[in-house]
Amino acid sequence: MMELKTVKTEHVPVQYLEGGSGQPLVYLHGAGGMTAGDPLLTKLAESFHVHAPYLPGYGESEEAPELRDMLDITLHTLDVVDALGLKDPILVGHSMGGMIASEMAALAPHDISRLGLICPSGLWLDDHPIVDIFATLPFEMPALMFHDAVAGAAMMTAGRNVSDPNFLQTYLVQNARQLGMAGRILFPIPDRGLASRMYRIKAKTIVVWGDSDRAIPPVYAQEFKRRIKGAQLVSIPEAGHMVIFEKTDQVADAIKRLA
Amino acid sequence: MKFTWFNLMPWPDLPDDFREKNRSVWVDIDQNLFDPERAHTVYNTYMDLLEYAGTVGFDGIGVNEHHQNGYGIMPSPNIIAAGLARRTKDTALVVLGNSIALYNPPVRVAEEFAMLDCISGGRLVAGFPVGTSMDTNFCYGQIPSLTREKYAEAHELIIRAWTEREPFAFNGRYNKLRYVNIWPRPIQQPHPPVHIPGGGSVETYDFCIDNTYSYSYLSFSGYIRAKALLQGYWDRVAERNAPDASPYRAGFAQTICVAETDEEAERLYWPHVNYFYNRCLHVYPGFADAPGYRTIKTIQTGALSQYAPPRGGYTELTWKDLVEGGHVIAGSPETVRQRMEDLIKGLNVGNIFCLMHVGNMPADKCMYSTKLFAEKVLPHLRNIFPEWADDDRFWCKPLNKMAKPGSLPSERDAAEAVSAALV
Repeated sequence: MMELKTVKTEHVPVQYLEGGSGQPLVYLHGAGGMTAGDPLLTKLAESFHVHAPYLPGYGESEEAPELRDMLDITLHTLDVVDALGLKDPILVGHSMGGMIASEMAALAPHDISRLGLICPSGLWLDDHPIVDIFATLPFEMPALMFHDAVAGAAMMTAGRNVSDPNFLQTYLVQNARQLGMAGRILFPIPDRGLASRMYRIKAKTIVVWGDSDRAIPPVYAQEFKRRIKGAQLVSIPEAGHMVIFEKTDQVADAIKRLA
Repeated sequence: MKFTWFNLMPWPDLPDDFREKNRSVWVDIDQNLFDPERAHTVYNTYMDLLEYAGTVGFDGIGVNEHHQNGYGIMPSPNIIAAGLARRTKDTALVVLGNSIALYNPPVRVAEEFAMLDCISGGRLVAGFPVGTSMDTNFCYGQIPSLTREKYAEAHELIIRAWTEREPFAFNGRYNKLRYVNIWPRPIQQPHPPVHIPGGGSVETYDFCIDNTYSYSYLSFSGYIRAKALLQGYWDRVAERNAPDASPYRAGFAQTICVAETDEEAERLYWPHVNYFYNRCLHVYPGFADAPGYRTIKTIQTGALSQYAPPRGGYTELTWKDLVEGGHVIAGSPETVRQRMEDLIKGLNVGNIFCLMHVGNMPADKCMYSTKLFAEKVLPHLRNIFPEWADDDRFWCKPLNKMAKPGSLPSERDAAEAVSAALV
C-alpha cells in the first residue's frame, strides 16, 4: 500500500508516494503521471522501500513556475532525493522520468550508482521520430502507448466517468498542469542535450524496453545501451510504451537486478 | 466607429475532398496543395484588394500573421504592409499583428513596426497577439507553458525600445541584449496604438486594461456567440475600475457579405462562405490547444479554443446555419446595416475588422460586396457612439503632410540640377 506524503523543497512542497521496505528506491513517473494504484509501484514495494515523487504540477502537487528547463528540473529532483534523506538510492524512471533520471546520473555521477531506465525519453534520432504526445488526442493514445490497444484503452479510462460533463474540464485542467510542466523538457522535441552528457554516467544501468513501443521505438533502447558504459538491455516482448502496466512483473524483475 | 477591411489571404484552391483527405489545414498541411506560381497571382490580387478597400471609405486595411496555414498565407504581415504603405495614402495600416514571442530578438518587431510607421507617415496600428497554439507552439516550437512569460518579456522590451531615448541593457530571461537602441523609431508618440487579439483569457483582459490597449476578439463564429466573451471583458473593465468603458477599448472581427438583396447574397457568396467555413477551418483538434498554452484560470472559466471541435463534432454548416447563427452577416445593405448595428451596440465595440474577402472569393465579387458596404452600410454606422467621437487613444495619428511615392524629379531636371550644382 502506497502512502501519500509531502516533503519540503526549495521550490514547492513535493508530494510523493511511499511504501514497502528494503533498499531505498526512487521512482520517477512519466509524462502521463502516476497514481497510488499503479501496479509497478505495488510490485516494486514488495522488494524495495519505494519513494515516488510527483513532479510539480502532477497529482495534487503545486505547480512550480520557476522550474523552466532541464537543469532546473534535474536539480529540483536531486533536491527531492536529498530532502527525503536518501543517499544513493536505486534510481528508476519511466519515459520522461527516465530522461530526468539519466540527467541526474550524468550531473551527479558520484551520487547515483544504480539506474533503471524504462523506455526513457531524452534522445532524438531523425530517422525515428518520437510520437508528438502534445498533438495526440486522448482517443488516439491507447494505440500508441500499449501493445494491446483495446486492453490499454480500458486501463486508461478505468475509474473515470467519461460521460460526466465536468470530466472534460477536469481533464483539460489536469492535462494543462501535467503536460504544461512536461512540455518544458519534452516540447516540441524531447531532446535537451542529454546525449552530450551521457558519457558522465557511472551508474550500473539497466535499460528496459517494450518490443512494440510505438511512442519511443525500441531503436532508442540500442542508443541508450550504446551511450551508457556497461548498460544492460532487457527487451520485453508484447509490450508497448506502457510496459509498466502490460508486463509489470518483468519490469520489476529487471529492476531487481540493480539490488 | 473605425472599420478595417481585412484579408486573411486564404489559399483559394483547396480541393473539394480536402476535409476527407487531409487531417488539417494548418501545421502539417500537404505541400503538394501549394503552387508558388499560382501564389504570384494570388498575393498580387489580394494586395490589390486591400489597396482598393483603402480608397472606398474604410478607415483601415488589415493584415495578420499565420504560419503553415492554408487559409492564411501571410507568415510575414509586415512584408504585405510595407507594400501597402507605398500604394495607399490615408488609410490606417492595421497589422494585427506580430506574434512577438516568436521574434528573436523581439526588437525586430520594434524596428519593423517603426519602419512601417515612418514609411506610412504614422499610419500604423500595431497588434501584439500571443499567437494561436498552432502558430506559436506547433509551427514555431515555443514551449506552451512558457509562451506567455516570453510574450510578456517581449512586450516590455518592445515598449522600452520604442520609448527610451538612451541605449539600454536588457537582461531578460529570454533576451540578453547589451545595447538596445533601435534606429528608426516610430513617428507616433509615445508609440503607435496597440491592439491585442485575445480569445477570452482573463490575463489578456487585464493586460489591455492596464496598458490602455484595445482588446480584439478575432473569431470566425460571429457576434451572437461573442456576446458572453465580450461581456466578460466589459465586466472586467468595470471590476478593475478602468477610467471608462469606451467602445474603442474593444474590437471584433466579423465576416460580412453585401449584395442588392438577401437572395442575391446567398447566390453570390455561398460557394465562398462554404469554402471558408467547411474547408478552411478544418484544423486537426490535436493542434488547437497545446497543453500549457492556456492558463489554468482560463480553462476553468470555460474558454476553450475556437479551433477545438464543437460538441457533437463537425457537421457541414449551411448558409442558413451560418447567417442565422451570426457567423456571417450577409444580405441586402439594409439587412447588413441592421445586423451590424446589433453587433456594434450589443458588444459595445468601436473597432470592426470586416472580413470581406471570404474563402476563395474572386476579386470581382469581393469588390462588389466591399463597395456596397462602403457606400450603403458604412455611412449609417459611422456615428453610433457620438459621445466617444474624440477618443483617439486606440487609432493612429498620421502626419498632416505626407511624402508621396514618385517624388523624384524627371531625369532631365535631375541632370540640370546636378549641372547647376557643379557651376
